[in-house]
Amino acid sequence: MCAAKNSAAKAHEHHHDDAAHGTLRGYLIGFFLAVNLTIVPFWLVMARPLDGVFDSHIPVAIILVVFAILQIIVHMVYFLHMHPRSEGGWTLMALFFTLILVIIVMSGSMWVMYHLHSNMMPSHDMSKMDATGESWIPSQQPFPAVGAVSGTVPVVE
Amino acid sequence: MYETLLQFLPLIFGRLTLDSFPFYDPIILSTFIVVASGGSALFAWVTYKRLWVYLWNEWFTTVDHKKIGIMYMILGIVMLVRGFADAILMRLQQAMAFGGSEGYLNAHHYDQIFTAHGVIMIFFVAMPLVTGLMNYVVPLQIGARDVSFPFLNNFSFWMTVAGAVLTMISLFVGEFARTGWLAYPPLSGSTYSPGVGMDYYLWGLQIAGIGTTLSGVNLIATIIKMRAPGMKLMQMPVFTWTALCTNVLIVASFPVLAATLALLTLDRYVGTNFFTNDFGGNPMMYVNLIWIWGHPEVYILILPIFGIYSEVVATFCTKRLFGYTSMVYATVVITILSYLVWLHHFFTMGAGASVNSFFGITTMIISIPTGAKIFNWLFTMYKGRIRLELPMLWTIAFMLTFVIGGMTGVLLAVPPADFILHNSLFLIAHFHNVIIGGVVFGLFAGINYWFPKAFGFKLDRFWGLVSFWCWVVGFWVAFTPLYIMGLMGVTRRLRVFDDPSLQIWFVIAAIGAGIIAVGIVAFLIQIYVSIRDRAKLVDRTGDPWNGRTLEWATSSPPADYNFAFTPVVYSGDAWWDMKKHGYQRPLKGFKDIHMPANTATGVILSLLSVAFGFAMVWYMWWLAVLSFIAILAVSIGHTFNYKRDFYIKAAVVAKTEDARTRFLKEGL
Amino acid sequence: MSATHAANRVYHLPEEPHHPEGHSTYLGFWLYLMSDCLIFAILFATYAVVGGNYAAGPSPKDLFDLELVALNTAMLLLSSITYGFAMLEMVRGRKKATLGWLGVTGLFGLAFLCIEIYEFAHLIHLGATPQRSAFLSAFFTLVGTHGLHVMFGIIWLVTLMVQVGMHGLTAANQRRLMCLSLFWHFLDIIWIGVFTFVYLMGVL
Repeated sequence: MCAAKNSAAKAHEHHHDDAAHGTLRGYLIGFFLAVNLTIVPFWLVMARPLDGVFDSHIPVAIILVVFAILQIIVHMVYFLHMHPRSEGGWTLMALFFTLILVIIVMSGSMWVMYHLHSNMMPSHDMSKMDATGESWIPSQQPFPAVGAVSGTVPVVE
Repeated sequence: MYETLLQFLPLIFGRLTLDSFPFYDPIILSTFIVVASGGSALFAWVTYKRLWVYLWNEWFTTVDHKKIGIMYMILGIVMLVRGFADAILMRLQQAMAFGGSEGYLNAHHYDQIFTAHGVIMIFFVAMPLVTGLMNYVVPLQIGARDVSFPFLNNFSFWMTVAGAVLTMISLFVGEFARTGWLAYPPLSGSTYSPGVGMDYYLWGLQIAGIGTTLSGVNLIATIIKMRAPGMKLMQMPVFTWTALCTNVLIVASFPVLAATLALLTLDRYVGTNFFTNDFGGNPMMYVNLIWIWGHPEVYILILPIFGIYSEVVATFCTKRLFGYTSMVYATVVITILSYLVWLHHFFTMGAGASVNSFFGITTMIISIPTGAKIFNWLFTMYKGRIRLELPMLWTIAFMLTFVIGGMTGVLLAVPPADFILHNSLFLIAHFHNVIIGGVVFGLFAGINYWFPKAFGFKLDRFWGLVSFWCWVVGFWVAFTPLYIMGLMGVTRRLRVFDDPSLQIWFVIAAIGAGIIAVGIVAFLIQIYVSIRDRAKLVDRTGDPWNGRTLEWATSSPPADYNFAFTPVVYSGDAWWDMKKHGYQRPLKGFKDIHMPANTATGVILSLLSVAFGFAMVWYMWWLAVLSFIAILAVSIGHTFNYKRDFYIKAAVVAKTEDARTRFLKEGL
Repeated sequence: MSATHAANRVYHLPEEPHHPEGHSTYLGFWLYLMSDCLIFAILFATYAVVGGNYAAGPSPKDLFDLELVALNTAMLLLSSITYGFAMLEMVRGRKKATLGWLGVTGLFGLAFLCIEIYEFAHLIHLGATPQRSAFLSAFFTLVGTHGLHVMFGIIWLVTLMVQVGMHGLTAANQRRLMCLSLFWHFLDIIWIGVFTFVYLMGVL
């Protein structure tokens, strides 16, 4: 029984030797890195240590994005065990193809929609509203009732 | 008492009432009578012949990629008849509705027809036919016994059927969408389309899309993991290459469709504001997202067809395909570029000069690899010994027709020109030119080419020729007037016309559609006549065309296990190479063959999905919850079945192969 | 033997090439994850485009409670590492330890879900419903879709625990556990995108 199980496990590993399971050390390193890469961005936003350093939020936003990308890579390497040769390189290729598409889809949509906004909706330019959102929306006010902004509310059952 | 009972009906039937059935419309009513009596006749015949058990065991529950491929083809052909009926209705309406005449279709019905025509032709005709051919041919071409995930294959097929069934139900219960085939909001939102039509659209496509995505995953894994020993990537048949790229496109674009439709569904069901005019919603975002799916979809349809032409040209010119490597690279380049051109579908929405120029240029660039392919086929024909069999005829017609469609496409890619031609009949003529002249001609080439492989006898040549000429002539008669009227500024989707000078063009177009109708009937007759004369048309060798790729190495039709022994591949055009080296078929030493076992789970999940979709469309919440829970339960239950395979005994293999040996000898 | 020799070429191997059961599962599941990734890409893109449209309603600064989000992130990260421990025990062939760590993973996942449901309920109670503005529609849909994935992950986890309990750590069950591990870590990666782009950048 036990031998059968072992041989089954071996056979399994033989077929999936490229899909490694990782080691305790690997998981712990990954966890340690991930925790730090999470704590720092939260600290940056919650404690606001950099508010006096930069004039705008953009540098902090860039730092946040960098940390997110780093953490994603950490997860890929230590938790998902991504490996250049796994499945003959096909998983990595699929990942890169997907990443390219994700970038195309997201940046393309934002680019296209930004221009559509500014060309076709000049009266209430939402894109400008983003940048200075605070001054446009008094956050202390109670929310207006649904329907107060526009007469038609889609009726849903 | 009666009144109180009535109050409870909505709890059970949601918004479905007796008024939901279109008794008032004589056209739909008579269609229903025809379909219902035809359906009952078929049902009675199958029952009389006691075929239900056979169909259930051998077909519905099968995991054999060949049978699933054939079922996809049958689904596509049945839906072609429905979609074409819509086309004829439109052509007649537009030919009649002049000089104050309203024609014979009211606006409510006409708008459903043009929507249904587009949806059905793309999702339930072109997609199943393309997927069916890939399913049938790819495993054979790479020397595999089946696909990577045989159950998933069965499940994918039945999900596609579920979507088609839901769409067909809309014809007789309620209505279909009246929004055009891509259902732009805010028209498709709950404010302007409160009826069930849009909901049929959403759930039908969502359910079918699940099947399409999973079958894409399946075929990619199959091509990567199941190739015969020795077959390198650059030795794969071109059809397999195009199938690989197509399925990459499917896996990478159908999730976009699913997400976009889901957002629209939330707008309609929950009242969110993604694509509404109020509360910060933005309908333009829908157009943007749907075309991020929509443009790759165009290439999902055409790429495998390019593969078919490549196989056909090489086979019937008895020559190696010219420029194999460039053909592969062109396919890969198209795969990637197809994600960079989506905005050319809405140049006129107002993105401005910079954005429009970018997408105009990328669109023109994508025509370069396509042009390279055309030259490859022409150079393959050059100094080849061309046999003008039916598949080759379709291919030649394709090259002549498709090039025109491609050129009008490049014309439309110029943003200033598009501002004049957008949404005109010129556009309609353009995309029918590439879809009929490209995809449909290619499907007929593929069907005529691989039919003998699938059934063991060729298709009848005479009726094939009738079908061929009717399609080609009919296409040009039907769509040249649309090009002309488009240039004159006539827009699409109109029901009535004021200018009587246009009528003659619509009459000509209707005549063209009539000629195509003859072509479709001739195709059905071709199948019937071929089955009748199958003894005369029989293919004993399994290689009726002197083919080049591995599918011709096995018998016609192939045994369940495809190849008694998996072939070893040494070069491209593997079967040609084997024939050249004097390959002899092994006659003994057969072994047990490991095969996947049939399962009913796919059919059950499909039925439950139809119930779920129908319940969501009609707001029958109890049924929706029940069927959803049932779907989950059946799916989980299926994973508890670990015995999913069996062995075909060596003795059975030997018996099958001996029968083939005798059959081969009889032919000599 | 069955090998056919022709011009010194062997066209059939003496041993048939064997495709063991599940030989494509890892690749196939990975491809599915890639397609799921694109669903999230669309939801992120939608959030990026309409996420600033508050329609005179609440903005992220009015609504998001970062302490709650930090707690949620911790739950998911912890569940990731405990799933890793389960996989390590699986490789060692220890069924009970595997089941134990899987159970812990499921509890962390459940905690994540409960916190998220609490957050949603609180927002709706404030009047910040998905119907209120395009920003809130996109927010609820993006975060909710991730939550739905976690929910299905938990259902799947429980199913696998039952199956491991019934049949032990067979090759088939190991394969399934590995697929779920990919799925579970994938969801954690999506969550990195969610807390960075939606929550942190929202209140920046």
